Amino acid sequence: MEHIRTPKVEQVKLLDRFSNKSTTGTLHLTATHLIFAESNSASAQEIWILHHHIASVEKLALTASGCPLLIQCRNFRIVHFIIPRERDCHDIYSSLFRLLRPGSYDDLYAFSYNPKQNDQQREEGWQLLDLGAEFERMGVPCDQWKLTDVNRDYKVCETYPRDLYVPITASKPIIVGSSKFRSKGRFPVLTYFYQEKKAAVCRCSQPLSGFSARCLEDEHMLQAISKANYNNRCIYVMDTRPKLNALANRAAGKGYENEDNYINIRFQFVGIENIHVMRGSLQKLLEVVGTRSLSMADYMAGLENSGWLRHIKAIMDAAIFLAKAVTVEGASVLVHCSDGWDRTAQVCAMGSLLMDPYYRTIKGFMVLIEKDWISFGHKFADRCDQLNGDSKEVSPIFTQFLECVWHLTEQFPQAFEFSEWFLIQIHEHVHSCQFGNFLRNSQRQREDLQVTERTYSLWAHLLSEKQNYLNPIYSSRFAESHPVLVPSTQAYHFKFWRNMYHQYDRSMHPRQSILKHILTLKESNRDLEGTVRALKAKLQKLGVSTSPLKPQTPPREHSLPPRPQSLILGAPVLSRKEVQREEDEEVFGEEAREDVPISTGGERTVEGSSATENGYMELPGSFGSKGEPAVVTLEFGVARMTC
Amino acid sequence: MELSEHIKTANVEDVTLIRPFLPSLKGTLCVTSHHLLFSDRKEDGSRQLLVLLRNIDAIEKRALGSSGTVTIKCKDLLVLQLEIPGMEECLNIASSIETLSSLESVTEMYPFFYRPSHLSLQGPWGLSSADQYYKETERLLDRWRISNVNSDYSVCPSYPRAVIVPRDVDDDMLVRSARFRHGGRFPVLSYCHHRNQMVIMRSSQPLTGANRKRCKEDELLLQAVIDSSELGYIMDLRSAQQAQQSRMTGGGFESKSCYNHWKRLHRYHERGKVLQESLIKLVEACADSSHSVDRWLSKLENSKWLSHVHNALTTAGLIAECVERDGHSVLVHGSEGTDSTLLVTSLAQLILDPASRTVYGFLCLLEREWIQAGHPFQQRCGHSAHSHTRLKHECPSFLLLLDCVWQIWRQFPLALEFSEALLLRLTREVYASDYGTFLCNSEQERCALGVKENTYCLFRSLLKPEIEEKYLNPLYEHTDLAIWPSVHPQSLQLWTGLFLRWTEYSQNMEDARDEIWNIKKEHRERIGPDQNNHTTSIHCETFTPFENLMDELTVL
Repeated sequence: MEHIRTPKVEQVKLLDRFSNKSTTGTLHLTATHLIFAESNSASAQEIWILHHHIASVEKLALTASGCPLLIQCRNFRIVHFIIPRERDCHDIYSSLFRLLRPGSYDDLYAFSYNPKQNDQQREEGWQLLDLGAEFERMGVPCDQWKLTDVNRDYKVCETYPRDLYVPITASKPIIVGSSKFRSKGRFPVLTYFYQEKKAAVCRCSQPLSGFSARCLEDEHMLQAISKANYNNRCIYVMDTRPKLNALANRAAGKGYENEDNYINIRFQFVGIENIHVMRGSLQKLLEVVGTRSLSMADYMAGLENSGWLRHIKAIMDAAIFLAKAVTVEGASVLVHCSDGWDRTAQVCAMGSLLMDPYYRTIKGFMVLIEKDWISFGHKFADRCDQLNGDSKEVSPIFTQFLECVWHLTEQFPQAFEFSEWFLIQIHEHVHSCQFGNFLRNSQRQREDLQVTERTYSLWAHLLSEKQNYLNPIYSSRFAESHPVLVPSTQAYHFKFWRNMYHQYDRSMHPRQSILKHILTLKESNRDLEGTVRALKAKLQKLGVSTSPLKPQTPPREHSLPPRPQSLILGAPVLSRKEVQREEDEEVFGEEAREDVPISTGGERTVEGSSATENGYMELPGSFGSKGEPAVVTLEFGVARMTC
Repeated sequence: MELSEHIKTANVEDVTLIRPFLPSLKGTLCVTSHHLLFSDRKEDGSRQLLVLLRNIDAIEKRALGSSGTVTIKCKDLLVLQLEIPGMEECLNIASSIETLSSLESVTEMYPFFYRPSHLSLQGPWGLSSADQYYKETERLLDRWRISNVNSDYSVCPSYPRAVIVPRDVDDDMLVRSARFRHGGRFPVLSYCHHRNQMVIMRSSQPLTGANRKRCKEDELLLQAVIDSSELGYIMDLRSAQQAQQSRMTGGGFESKSCYNHWKRLHRYHERGKVLQESLIKLVEACADSSHSVDRWLSKLENSKWLSHVHNALTTAGLIAECVERDGHSVLVHGSEGTDSTLLVTSLAQLILDPASRTVYGFLCLLEREWIQAGHPFQQRCGHSAHSHTRLKHECPSFLLLLDCVWQIWRQFPLALEFSEALLLRLTREVYASDYGTFLCNSEQERCALGVKENTYCLFRSLLKPEIEEKYLNPLYEHTDLAIWPSVHPQSLQLWTGLFLRWTEYSQNMEDARDEIWNIKKEHRERIGPDQNNHTTSIHCETFTPFENLMDELTVL
């Protein structure tokens, strides 16, 4: 709070990124958010920017109309303000500069965020996902795989979770010995078990083999994995790095498995680039797509030069290789990179997603992230720069994973229970530090922070607004007929993910979305069905025979289905011509926001402004003008409380 | 010479047919005057393939021992392979195909022989005429009239008999203006906006030449389009430099001093050969599935096809903005006014005019702005992307239009009454058709050859209810508003349904589409017929221009 010198500046201009348009409004600075409220009462757009989302603030050279302030966010939002007085601009700048670099984890939003839940609800939220149950679902422990308590106190590997699954024949000395031979102690453990063929997907970090070092325990460990699969004794060892990188590591006493020393392994490099290359690649991509009046030729050349889609394809190729080895050959696979928490997480998670339809459901996808990313210690704090760390550690590894999933949803439109808005929302919160799930770098560190006692779980929040993220054409039949997805990796399938990288650039998006439309129709279908049932029951009560009942005209209040509040799903700003209409609806929208939880479509009418009467059932006033993803409505209340 | 004389071998047995997505078939190949017929002659569920010879763009033959392989590349981008036993048969078949697929004489083409039982040659041909359009469009009555000055095609050979011109301009002035315009294409009405009566006119370049000639009547004609106090925009589809250069060859542009109420803008559009080569490169890139991501992107960029799509949509958007947002009339021309001019005027209408977004309205638009307006289909669509013959007048302007319409449909999946299937059907019909609609280069030629008397009209056939149904967009919801497409490169995409249609088959996508339709159907049934009107407005949003293209005007 003490950092905020100027909480409010009026007459601030917000410039549109891609056109000459601008809007004028008031800038508010709160402890958690930077808020821009448009002064034009008709469209009254508000932009809420969480401090944690801000990646950089820049003061540009003074112009005639004022002092420009450029803010770039981690969710790819870029806002350009013109503040009339330089002093105000400087105040905002220096306040933001402090606020976006919290001094300690305790300053993160997650520790002040309070969604009006009691302790019990919060605890329930944290108990939603249970990785023990997940391994049970896979069929582990079983006669070949056991739960080991060797890491109970994080003694063997502090970046791993407590509960680990290893082959039945892997004794403690073998585990400990193997862990000493692996970078950061990350020895081979089970991450996915393909029950049908008893094939396992294991993960670890690179061996400390240098030029010639061996470790018998580590060799035993791999043999134990091999023995655990009686269908196919051969293990694929996937080193997800390019060969050159692995070779270079040998000079530092690390490296890769020597096929001569291990029995029954088939060693394979996959060639996914490291975090630095990925960071540079995304930077290049964003530079290109952020250009104003971009020509088609520059766009395509920029897309190519960034190499971004090439990297996405590399991850996809690796995952397909893994899935094929497991499902077709029935072989177990051991995946590693250098430390086994970036590329390894990407490949294991993508591979599992291809093999197991469960992970393509909303709940299952959460479990997958919880397992392969959170519990196995993907360094979210470093990669997402939660606490002003080393900029060389920042890298869009998790973003790439989400993008790979998006590419799958594009090829298999009916295979996923969720739509891309789910992925985008998760991305939003990986950076928001609003929930405890992704804080710091490992389970152990999160326990030190007591996240389960002091913060809320994102998963509970997302499940509570599940209907916003549903894929309306998801088919469980498809899952039955396609348990394993085999995507095509033809070059032309790799496309720029506009809705992620231009989420906040209104003008880029189609104005009509099939997804939104179908969601609405489905919702309305359900409502109508409910109405018919209710009316039937009523008639029966009155003693009227109901046999061949035609579908009834629905009461008007049922014609307003709920819809996701994402910007892109939301209606665009209205033009002047629609002002009158919208003002009517504004009242209506307020009603809906105050009284009815967004999730229930239910009864919302205000006399004289019924949606059907003015022919506009979609109410830009109620959601669209908010211009923020779903999370913000909740924040709305919170911010008020925290300020 | 009879067509059948070109056929040296009519039948070959034991031919193997290889085509995308399907297992290869063994059967009999048959060449007729207009078709290639393949049949596996199975008693139960016999499978046949009928290819219109006109659809064949290029063929390659290769000897393999005593047998030969013929690769047939169709204009609809399909590639077939035939393994023919016997070298001689193979060569005979190949040469017959080569000759018969490139007939020059229009009256020998298949539409003159196509006689389906469900259609009759009696009755009207085409959907509408300038007369009808004028009568149906009440807003035109005050200030516009129908002129029959071109009734014998002597004033402008590529225009239809009747055109719509300002009421105050008499036929004499039109004749003089026509003499001052390339190919006699004097300014005529293309579209009158229903909201503000502003118009889009089109013409060809004025023949000012090196001496800066003037034509009083042409100036008056344009003056009559706008009230004296107003401003109009001339959208010249050439660069300023090109326009200057064209004066050396007798062409030119409207100078500020002579047309002082008109403001000229230059928007460069590629045409002719460049566009054709762009298509060839694109199809080449799509055919090779071994590309890495980088190579693919570089080939896609190299083809420049999407740049052309981008340009066309940008200019169309700009014209639409001039008309709708700024309330000014626009005159559009390039040099000849038969290609990019028609492309951008029809796209602008699709953006502005809700009537042109129905199946009927869209086909009328194509008829008015392409067929009657004299786009030389025969010259432009002689060959598509596979042909090795030297290019003369080939140019995929119409294909580019359909691609742009597809881009609009992708951004406004509810706003068009027709589906992608109609666009795909048109891409095929324009190169090779059973119908006479796309034959010849102008109304005059069609008239001389008796196209209307001796062939069937594609558009009329498409509008038969049972056929139209296949091309309907189930999600269609009428909207009165203009639909502004986003023209950011990030918002445009390769039309995979056309260019990768034979490369990638995806059952998943089709299933997904079916599922969407089912949900929609279910909704329709639930809601009942009376309620439909209410639901149609669910997604009626306000469409303000995406990018204010007009902003750029200040820079010009």
